[in-house]
Amino acid sequence: MMLSDADIGALWLTLRLATTVTILLLIIGTPIAWWLSKTSSPFKGPVAAIVALPLVLPPTVLGFYLLIAMGPNGFIGELTQSLGLGTLPFTFWGLVFASVIYSMPFVVQPLHNAMEAIGERPLEVAATLRASPFDRFFTIVLPLAKPGFITASILGFAHTVGEFGVILMIGGNIPDETRVVSVQVYDHVESLEYAQAHSLSALLVIFSFVVLLALYATQRKTSNVGMMK
Amino acid sequence: MHLVRSFSFHLYSITLLLWCTSSQGESIHIAVASNFTHTMKALISEFEQNSPHKIKASYGSSGKIYAQIKHGAPFKLFFSADQSKPLALYNEGLTHSKPFTYALGGLALWSNNKHFNGENLESVLLSGEFNKLAIANPKLAPYGIAAIEVLKNMNLVEATRKKWVRGENIAQTYQFVRTENADIGFVAFSQIVRQPFYWKVPSNLYQPIRQDAVLLKHKSEKNGINNKAALDFIQFLNSLKSQAIIQSYGYRTENNAYIELEMSNKNT
Repeated sequence: MMLSDADIGALWLTLRLATTVTILLLIIGTPIAWWLSKTSSPFKGPVAAIVALPLVLPPTVLGFYLLIAMGPNGFIGELTQSLGLGTLPFTFWGLVFASVIYSMPFVVQPLHNAMEAIGERPLEVAATLRASPFDRFFTIVLPLAKPGFITASILGFAHTVGEFGVILMIGGNIPDETRVVSVQVYDHVESLEYAQAHSLSALLVIFSFVVLLALYATQRKTSNVGMMK
Repeated sequence: MHLVRSFSFHLYSITLLLWCTSSQGESIHIAVASNFTHTMKALISEFEQNSPHKIKASYGSSGKIYAQIKHGAPFKLFFSADQSKPLALYNEGLTHSKPFTYALGGLALWSNNKHFNGENLESVLLSGEFNKLAIANPKLAPYGIAAIEVLKNMNLVEATRKKWVRGENIAQTYQFVRTENADIGFVAFSQIVRQPFYWKVPSNLYQPIRQDAVLLKHKSEKNGINNKAALDFIQFLNSLKSQAIIQSYGYRTENNAYIELEMSNKNT
């Protein structure tokens, strides 16, 4: 293994990005998934479709629109500038923002499925025992949807680590700020440094395998709970 | 009897016609560095008007094309953005020709921000009053290497380093400036040749950006070069007409861009 300082910097940045994005996605994704599993509003379809959009859109489309929207004349850019935050492209928080959108379906969909699988009955029973809606959510929904949360966290984290196209479009390749592992591998390959590209790529292959192995192991262990109606 | 003879004559001429078109009109794939995209499209459309051959071009970064060629991509010609990749392929014995220079690129400092309209962009660069300076990644793109050379010669490397944003190639660098996410950026002169406001960087501030091409060898070619289309196209590139097209896109050309072919199989 021959990892340069720049490689290690890129690895740390990637871990920092994926962790931040996963935490934010759990905070944002949980209410969305809960709302989707309970609502009969006519907006349910459109909201679900918007959340799932990054699954279908090529990262180049998403990256291109984000670059324009987050730019000084885009609606996000105008908002962030009026808040005194400057513009988001070429910053770590710009990557966080883009990754939250890009990885959203990978977090919301497992949570939505897990919450829907709980069904109405446990909640109705709890309601007859005078549990408040707040109580019901924290003592019934969260524990019963635990496998969904585990899956969602792992998928959200792994998908952010594997992100490339969007970051390439809005990152600007700044060391320790926006140059993540996938971009670093791309740089190595493009500048014909195949040995360094191999080391870093091999590390990513092993990492991805371990993550997926962990995912399937937890799923097997908890599949009975997850399926409970 | 007469009828039969005339029929067979027709058959003969149709066969001849088909044979002629199939032997004359070839279709070849070529790979082109992305900074040369527009120019190559214009060149190909000009070439195809007077030739039975068809040219199918793929555009991308030189590094990616290089990797693809090494792994058997079916390109007959490779137009790189630099000199090193065609030279590497030549040294590895994967080409029929030595690399030859097809265009010399120029560098320009450009802004799309109305704020800088009509201002001298050189003084903007010197003043440091801009949010970001977009450059192509010098590790990957010859235009990035040239941009760094310019900054070195102007003693601005340390002063501006914190404001650099790097595009993976010159097309992405252009995009950063175009969307105004970066106030100014070093782009290829060929990209903004039709824009109103730019500073054309004096050529004494950087080494000329020589873009080289090579004719590629393929394992299937047992009898040396058998591709007339590729050779015709190279010949066309040397014509005054194509040199004028290349220059109209902001490149310089050298008229000694002849090509030395190495016959891969001298016995045949």
